[in-house]
Formats: sequence, C-alpha cells, structure tokens
Amino acid sequence: MPDHQTTEPSIKVSALREGTVIDHLVKGTALKVLSVLGIKFDGAVTIGLNLESGKFPLKDIIKIERREVTPEEVSKIALISPSATFSIIREFQVVEKFTPTLPKMIEGLIRCPNPSCITSDERVRTKFVVLRSDPLRILCHYCERPQRKEEIELL
Amino acid sequence: MAVQPLSFVGRDLVSMRDFNREELIAFLDEAEHFEGYEEPILKGRILGTLFFEPSTRTHLSFSSAMQRLGGTDLGFADAKVSSTAKGESLADTIRVVENYCDLILIRHWMEGAARLAAESTEIPVINAGDGTNQHPTQTLLDLYTMRKRRGRLDNLKIAFIGDLKYSRTVHSLIETLTHFDNELFLVSPSSLRIPPAFIEELDDRGTVYTEDEEFFSIASDVDVIYTTRIQQERFPDPVEYEKVKNAYRIDRAAIERIGGDLTLMHPLPRLNEISTDLDGYPGSAYFDQARNGVTVRKAVLSLLLGAHRA
Repeated sequence: MPDHQTTEPSIKVSALREGTVIDHLVKGTALKVLSVLGIKFDGAVTIGLNLESGKFPLKDIIKIERREVTPEEVSKIALISPSATFSIIREFQVVEKFTPTLPKMIEGLIRCPNPSCITSDERVRTKFVVLRSDPLRILCHYCERPQRKEEIELL
Repeated sequence: MAVQPLSFVGRDLVSMRDFNREELIAFLDEAEHFEGYEEPILKGRILGTLFFEPSTRTHLSFSSAMQRLGGTDLGFADAKVSSTAKGESLADTIRVVENYCDLILIRHWMEGAARLAAESTEIPVINAGDGTNQHPTQTLLDLYTMRKRRGRLDNLKIAFIGDLKYSRTVHSLIETLTHFDNELFLVSPSSLRIPPAFIEELDDRGTVYTEDEEFFSIASDVDVIYTTRIQQERFPDPVEYEKVKNAYRIDRAAIERIGGDLTLMHPLPRLNEISTDLDGYPGSAYFDQARNGVTVRKAVLSLLLGAHRA
C-alpha cells in the first residue's frame, strides 16, 4: 500500500492507481480547493473534511483519480492553504511528493479588490508581490494595496 | 557612497518602493548640485506631460524644471482632451505618445496607472501621482527639505499630524523613512488613523513609532513636524469635522510653547493647519518644500535622461 495510505489509516478509501492526493489542507479549505480544480473529472473524487492529523488540529484532504495538478493550480492552492502537500500517484506508487513554495511574484491568479486599481479598468495580467508568506501578505504590483490572506480573491 | 548619476539613466520613477537607502542618498546628493543650476543640459529634449487628472502645482513645477534646463514640454492637462475620452486604452496612449517625447510624466486618478504606463514603453516614465497611491517626487522633495534643514535623515524625532488615513504624501514619506533610523509620532483623530497595513510595515521594518490623538503631549522633543490638511469631505458628519478641524492647528504661540529648534513642514495647500503668523518663523519649511520641488525635479529629469552637468 502506498505511503500516503499507510499514514492516514482513518481514511477508508481505496488506493489510487493514478491521480493526486492533496493532503494537510487547512481545515475548511477543501471545497475551495476543489473549485480551483474545477469539477469536470472523469475519475472518482474523495474529500475528507475535519480529519484528525498529527500535524494540525484538524485537516482536509482531497484524492482525485486520473488527474494531475498543473503548476498554476498548485500555486493557487498554496494561496488558499499554504500547508498543503501534493502526492502524485502512478500505478499505486507515489512518484512525486512536494509542498509548494510561493513565488516572489504571483501572476494572473488573484484579482485586486481595489476598484481604483488600474487592473480593474485595463486589460492587464494581475501581479502581486509576496511580502511575507506566514502569515501571508501580498502587495498589488500596480496599485500597491496590501492584502492579507483572508482578503485574497482568486481569478 | 560615491554619487553615480548614471545608475539612474533610463529608469522609471514610479514608486518609492523601487529605491533603496543607498540610491535615495545618492539621488539627494546629486540633487544638491541642481540648486540654482540653469545650464541648458536638456536642450532638444521633450517631456510629455499626460495629466489625466488636473494638478496645477506639480505640472507647473515639472514644466519649470524642464524649461530651466533648456528642454521643452508638451501634453495635456485634462483627460477630456486625450484619446482615452474616446475609449483608447492607457497602454495604447502611451505607445503613441512615446514617439513624441523623450520622457513621460503621468498623473492619473487610477492607482497603478504609472506602473502600467512604464511597462508599456521603453522611455522613462515619472509618476506625478496615481490616485491615492504614490507621488514619488513629492516624497523626494520632502526628504531633500528635511535633510537640508536637519543635516541628516537618521536619529530624528518626526511627528506626522492630521489626516494619516488618506494622505498619500504621508504614507509615502513614512514608508520611505523606514530606510532610515528615526522615531515617528503619528498624531491623528481616531477616525483618520494610519491604516493597519502601514503599521504592519513599520513593525516589519522595526521602525520605532507612537500613535496618539494628542499632539501637545508628545511635542516637547520632536525635531520635525509634518502636518497635513484634514479634508471636510472625509467626514460624513459635519459635526465631527468641526470637532477635529482645529484640533491640530499650529500657530506661533504653540511653537513657542513647545520650544526648541523645530522644522515645520506641510505639502501645501494649507487651510488653517498652520497659522500665517508662522510664515516668517525660522523653522517653517513649507515654502522651501515648494522651491525644492523644482530643484529635485531638475535632478530627476537630468538623471533619468542621462544628461551630464556641465
């Protein structure tokens, strides 16, 4: 049985042959993460909410069959839940496991909430400078309005 | 650090966030050489002035600086006469205007407009104010005036008084002063306190500061007082405005009560924050700021265009 299954004995789901496990999501963020990924999956999707974990008081987890995440999706999920870990599964084996790191500049993922920001008026790809990762604080590259994690609105 | 004016050639002046301490000092050192300097080192150079929002003072000051160094300027002072009134994007306007000039000066009501303009052209762009965000040459002339009056930009006690919530001038100056080692006093009515994001930034940078509603309780040992206008339109309730409008009024009697060697600054225009009986007071620096604005802008134009002083 793959590692990610043995470390989570409380989740009673079958092992993935192909797909992605997104683990250690901050409690309450799984549905938002799912909306980032879209819902047009062919394979099965398993969602665990408020699970006990040694690392966090409670966590969420998502297992997606026959679907690997794109770098852009990883960046978006890292914004929602910086603690998330990703395991890519092929033929029941974890072929890759990683925790995303936020880039210095986040491009094209977030909407600037400032109605006076030029990005709300002109066709321009949004850019945000990461000032601090924990707790997350970002700054609009254009209007320079800072945002906290809870204020972030994904595109 | 040795002055290296060439390091500014071709750069944009969009935000004070783009400059570190060494660059700021190098710039201020270079600007000193432009006091009274009027050689035609910008002869044949054209400044494009795109004022999507009116600003007589900044516009005139830049125009004066350009012309005193032999250059010329062209542009518009009202968005109604620009192509954006016909629906043209800002990026397209910039790509067209860059053919007419060597440097673009832009004022726009939208925040981030100058950054977008700078990304849309190869020629240097100067931000003359983008909404409530940045007005970097105002900050540079404030720093220049402060250093000239006090002889240094470190180890000062600086009080900011008035509207600390909406004042772009104050936000930019406070942020830039985090490059230096000073103690700040932030004095405002509770409804016009400095936004939490700026407080977080001061904390992150380790800047020492005190917030207060009462000025005279902390005034005794400050070196610089920087006051700003409290605008009536910020108060939905006129009674609230009446309560605070004179709370921070400074006159000669108040200054004499505080005593010491004070520098009094204000970005102008003033209403009644500073009494006219202080206009002859040796510490009053607010008209100096306006004069230094031309000096600083002459330096900015020359450095970005790579013009050498003769």
